[in-house]
Parts: sequence; structure tokens; C-alpha cells
Amino acid sequence: MSAGHEPTGGTAAPVLELDRLSLSFGGLRALSELDLQVREREVVSIIGPNGAGKTTVFNVITGVYEPSAGDVRFGAHPGPAESIAGRPPYAIARLGIARTFQTLRLFMNMSVLENVMAATYGGTRAMPWESVLRLPRARREEREARVLAEEVLSFFGQRLAGYRWDQPAYSLSYANRRRLEIARALATRPRLLLLDEPAAGMNPAETHEVTELIGQIRDEREISILVIEHDMHVVSGCSDRVVALDHGVKIAEGGFDQVANHPAVVEAYLGRHPEDLAGAE
Amino acid sequence: MSIDPQGPKVGADEWVARQGHRREYLPSWLGHAQRAGERVGWWPRLAIAGLAGLALPLLGLGGFQLQVGIDALVIALLAVGLNIVVGWAGLLDLGYVAFFGCGAYGYALLSSPQLGANGIHLPYWLSLPIVMIGAALLGLAVGLPSRRLLGDYLAIVTLFFGEAFVEVTNNVAPSKLGGPNGITTIDPISGFGIQLTTNESYYYLLVIVLVVTMAVLRLLEYSRTGRAWRAVREDPLAAAAMTIPVNRVKLSAFACGAMVAALAGTIFAAQQASVFPTDFDTPILILIYAGLILGGIGSIAGAATGALVVMVIYDGVLRSPAEASILFYGLGLLTLLVKLRPWRRLAVVLGATVALGFAAHAIAAAIAPSAVAGGPQSTGLIGDGLQDWIIVPGNPQTAQTVGNFGFVVLICLALTLVQVKGRWRTILLVPTIYLAAFVWEARLVNEPSITRQLMIGAILIVMMISRPQGLLGQRRVEVAT
Repeated sequence: MSAGHEPTGGTAAPVLELDRLSLSFGGLRALSELDLQVREREVVSIIGPNGAGKTTVFNVITGVYEPSAGDVRFGAHPGPAESIAGRPPYAIARLGIARTFQTLRLFMNMSVLENVMAATYGGTRAMPWESVLRLPRARREEREARVLAEEVLSFFGQRLAGYRWDQPAYSLSYANRRRLEIARALATRPRLLLLDEPAAGMNPAETHEVTELIGQIRDEREISILVIEHDMHVVSGCSDRVVALDHGVKIAEGGFDQVANHPAVVEAYLGRHPEDLAGAE
Repeated sequence: MSIDPQGPKVGADEWVARQGHRREYLPSWLGHAQRAGERVGWWPRLAIAGLAGLALPLLGLGGFQLQVGIDALVIALLAVGLNIVVGWAGLLDLGYVAFFGCGAYGYALLSSPQLGANGIHLPYWLSLPIVMIGAALLGLAVGLPSRRLLGDYLAIVTLFFGEAFVEVTNNVAPSKLGGPNGITTIDPISGFGIQLTTNESYYYLLVIVLVVTMAVLRLLEYSRTGRAWRAVREDPLAAAAMTIPVNRVKLSAFACGAMVAALAGTIFAAQQASVFPTDFDTPILILIYAGLILGGIGSIAGAATGALVVMVIYDGVLRSPAEASILFYGLGLLTLLVKLRPWRRLAVVLGATVALGFAAHAIAAAIAPSAVAGGPQSTGLIGDGLQDWIIVPGNPQTAQTVGNFGFVVLICLALTLVQVKGRWRTILLVPTIYLAAFVWEARLVNEPSITRQLMIGAILIVMMISRPQGLLGQRRVEVAT
């Protein structure tokens, strides 16, 4: 548990619950019997070598894939957690789960501001004719969407401010594209944010910025965060809990130090120690 | 390149961004006009364009010119509607012209003696909403099974829908739909005690309808719905993850496009007073697409401008040989002026071409006077100018045969020209230009049905090379996923 914010122990209600979640593609078991909980205002990191099934977990949670077995439950705020497995992605996003993509998937030919405003679709109701006639509801929603967009873009200080708003997303640098993805996800007003390698391709200073940003988002917007990351500085800096995956199986869970030194995790990343191999024969 | 003292430092991110933005504009004075227009804002721009359109008949347009204007406005309306589906939602819809046909046939059935004992004769304010809602529902019906199809597959399915429409109107219920003979007794647009009977009135109506439609779509483009359409085009998976119901949004784009097409169809049917299945066949679709591509996919103003340009060239200019010649030589010269650098090279090529022509003419005339007796088929100034330059045989039969032969050689020459480089290209360019002029004068100029297809194709190719985003379109990056 990292310092600097109030502890979120086992008492807080789980926002997201994966219950013996399995996913198979034909004979390939991408995930098997995965249990995972994310509580209110908690940052959980998923680590694991390439191909461990980390992004697949995100794809199942957001409804891109339907689980072969098991369940995904999401806590709609005051009420009890309900199953969201098998719902279409847009419906899951509307419930309050937003994500970013490892392979950036911005709306490249739309402006920065429009990218963010597009994500307010689920939170607004104006029908096309209301927009055309500029009826009160359409105007109010448009104003609110703009305010929200400015608010989430201001998370990144000057980096996505001013003249950049009207620039197409393709003109942004790689790091700024990653930032815009996070801003866009925040504009859906999520209760759970899934970040897929937010620090990939960033330099050390920017990586440090991302680490702080994750904590800031959690504290200021009261969002639970599930993050996939390879950069162990980010993982150790932001996570309350770390989950290690390998071949779709959870091999370790706990605090960062605990997981990082777990023999199964070391083995997953580095292979078995030669002496152990000799002993096993 | 001037540097704004108040602007950002040269090389800074913001400076780079502004430079990139500057390059989006059209070249030279057109770019200045574009920038001035941007400062004015969209609706005054549209209003000015609309007023200019309304004022045009005051110059005294003849019946033919007015008809060209009406056809161009109908296609422009269709292109603006197609832009919703193709430009914004990114769905390649090749059956779009069928919605146009449905609008026209729908109006025809509701305003003619075709149905019932005395027929139905609804006023326009009643038949228009019925037809438009019907077209929207049809759009949903076509979109529903094909909404999961991507790219090429959607194109094929919608193409079948377009063909099916032509087949149905040709063969189903001939007593009602008229079969190949169509419906020829359609009422003019009427309602509130007004009846539109003259071509002028339809021209004015179309200008107003086009301007209003463009305004509506512009308001829609930067609204919740418009953003969702474009987000779905850019990345459906990301759009779904950002709370946008992708399938529903695609369907709404289909329905909106169909409504605009149906609107165009009703006016078309009323103005022609008749509809035939062939009015809604693939050639019209190609014209709509040509206009949209020329003007810039994704831009409302571009779609309308492109369609108007294509139709005025296609239907107006290229029908009369004299004007077609001006366009032919003008475009050719313009291409040379733009593409041939440095100036010395341009001067050499032009000079050599002129010399080659006069020399060839003189030699041919000395050997056999009948070989040059024909003279250029272009009339007016161009014809007079080319009198002693171009060789056209006196016998029209021979001229045609030689022209056909020359056409084949011209294509071979053009292909060779693309393959060779440097000095050889410059040398080969001279006979190619001369041969092109010869084929034009001996064969093509009096065959508008062929030349206008060729010319539109040539214009599109030139556009594709010099400005892929179209006249008023925005540059786009394609993201491979």
C-alpha cells in the first residue's frame, strides 16, 4: 500500500468483481478461473509477461469478448453489484466502465476537443432534431459537454490546452495521444477506469507524470482504477494491490513487494533457475 | 512566408501546427478567398452562396442552362445527403441512388392518376413527409441486415439493393409502376394554393432546399449526433467503448441519408413530371460520387460544390463542342503549366510542339493536299488558330479511322511517358501532346457522350494526384487497424 492517501482496506465495497472468469478461443484457454476484485477508490495493477492475458481481461470486462464461463459483476453505485457479462460494450461503458487502449485508438481525424466531447454521447439525450433546432436541452447538454471536456483536458495542464483543442488528434505526439485517450475515457464519467499500458512509449519524466496522474485521478474524481503496466516504477508508485497473470492464470496477488518477489512471478518473467531445473529431474 | 510577430516562435509546436494548417488551404488567391470566408463564419457564407444562386437566373439563363442548373442542384442535394453516409459515418453505400428513386416513385404514386380510380393527388406538404419517413424506414430496413458488414461487404450488399430497385420498377406491377415506360403523368408540386409549373420556380425551390439542407446538416455535424457518426467512422471499437451504440448510430446515418435522397427525388419527379427506372441507375450514382470525391468527402460545402462543378461540366459545358474544346485545351495547358518545371523546360516543350505541328502540316500538305483538307473540327477561335497546325484528312471516313488508330497510339504513348524519366520524357511529351490534339480534333470533339466521360475521369485523376482531399475537404489520415 503506497503512502499519501487514506487506506482502502477490505472494508470498502467491491466495484468490480471477476468470478472464476474463463475465456477460450477454440482450444486455447486465454483466461482460466480468474478471480479479481477492485474496491472503491482502489488502484489495482495487472502485471505479467507478454501474452499473459492482461488485455484480454480488459476486453472481457468491457464486453468486447463474452466470457466462456464465470461472471463479471459491476457495482452500480448504491445498489448491489450486477452481472455485466454478455452486455454490449456501449452499455457497459454507460454503466461507468471506461478504458484506454494499448494500441492507441483515438478518433484520429477529429479535433482534440471533439474526441473528448464524443465520449459524452452516453451521458446526453438530445435527439438530432433538437440539435438542429438548438432547443434548450440540446444547448444545455452541449454547454455541459464542453465544460466537462475542458475539465478533463485540464488534468494535463498545458499539454492539451489552448490551440491544441482544435487540432486533429493525428497531429499530437505519441505521449499526448496517450493523455488524450485518458481524457476521453474520463469524459464518459466512469466509476472504474481501465488503463492499458498508460506509460508505454513515454520517457522517464513523462512516466513519472503518469504515475502521479493515476493517483490524482483516483483522489480527485473518486474513481477506481485497474491498470496494466510493464513499467515497474509506475506499478510500484501507484498501486494499492498488484495481480500477476501468466498464461491466463492468476499466479500472485498482494502488495507490490510481495508480488514482485513471489517465486512464481520471477519464474514467469525469467524462467526457472537452472539449479531448480536440475533438481526437478 | 510571413512571420506574425505576435505569433509563436518559429519551430515551436504551435508554429508547426499553424504551418500545417496553412497548407490545408487551396493555392494562391483561392486560398485567400477561403480564409476570408472562414473569418466570416459558416452561415453568412452559405447565405451569400444561396443569394448568388438565386440571383443567377437574373443574368438571363436560357431554357437549356436552367435545366442544367436544376439537374446540378438535384445532384448537389444528393451529394450532400450521401456525405452523411459515406463522409461522416464512413459507410460505403453504393445503393444510395435507390433512395433517390424511392423518393421520386413515392411522390409519383402519391401525386398522379396511377393508384385508385382517380389516383391520389396529395398536396406537397403532406406527401413530402410521407415519402421522407418512408425512405427513412427503408433505409433502416436496408441497414438492419447489413449493419454488421464492414467496408467492401457493405458496398456489395448496397449495390445489390440499388440494382434491385431498378429491376423492381422495371418488372413489378406494371399497371402501377409503369414498367420501363415509367410514370409520365405526375402533378407539379402544389400546396397552399401555389403550384410550381415553370422551370424557374423549380430552380428557385431547389436553391432554397439545398441551402436549408446544408444549414441543417451543418448544425448536425457539430452536434452530439454528428460527432457520434464521425467517431464510428474513425474507430467503431473505441466509439463503443466511449458509450456510443455503434449499430444504432450507423442506422441513423443510413436513415438520414435516405431522407435527403428522397427529398431530392420528390422535387426531381415533380420537375420532370415523369419518372423512369433508368433515371435511378448506376450512372447517376457515379455522378454523385464523382461530385462528392471532387469536392471533398466529409465536407458539406465540398459535396455541394463538387457536385455542381461536375454536373455543370458534364451536362452543360461538354454538350457543346466549342465549350468542350475550350475545356480540353485549357485543362491541358493548365496541367502543363503546373507540372512542367523549370520554366525553360515548359517553353521548350510548348515551342517544340508548336513547331512540330506547323512542320508536319506543311510537309503533309506538300505531299498530299487531301490529307490536310479536313481542318480542325473545333469551331471558333480555337478552330481558326489550329487551321495550319493540325492535320485532319479531308474525307470524314478516313478522319475517323485515323482518329481511332491515333487514340490507341496515344494511350500507348501516354503509358510509355509514365515509364520513362528525364530527357526522354521531355522529348516524348511533344509528340504526345500533338497526337492528343489530333485525336481530339479528328475524332472526339463531336462525340460528347464519349468525351464527357473521359473528361470527368481526367479531372478526377488530376484531382486525385494534386489534391487527394478534394476541393474543400480536410486532409485525413487513414489508420490501419
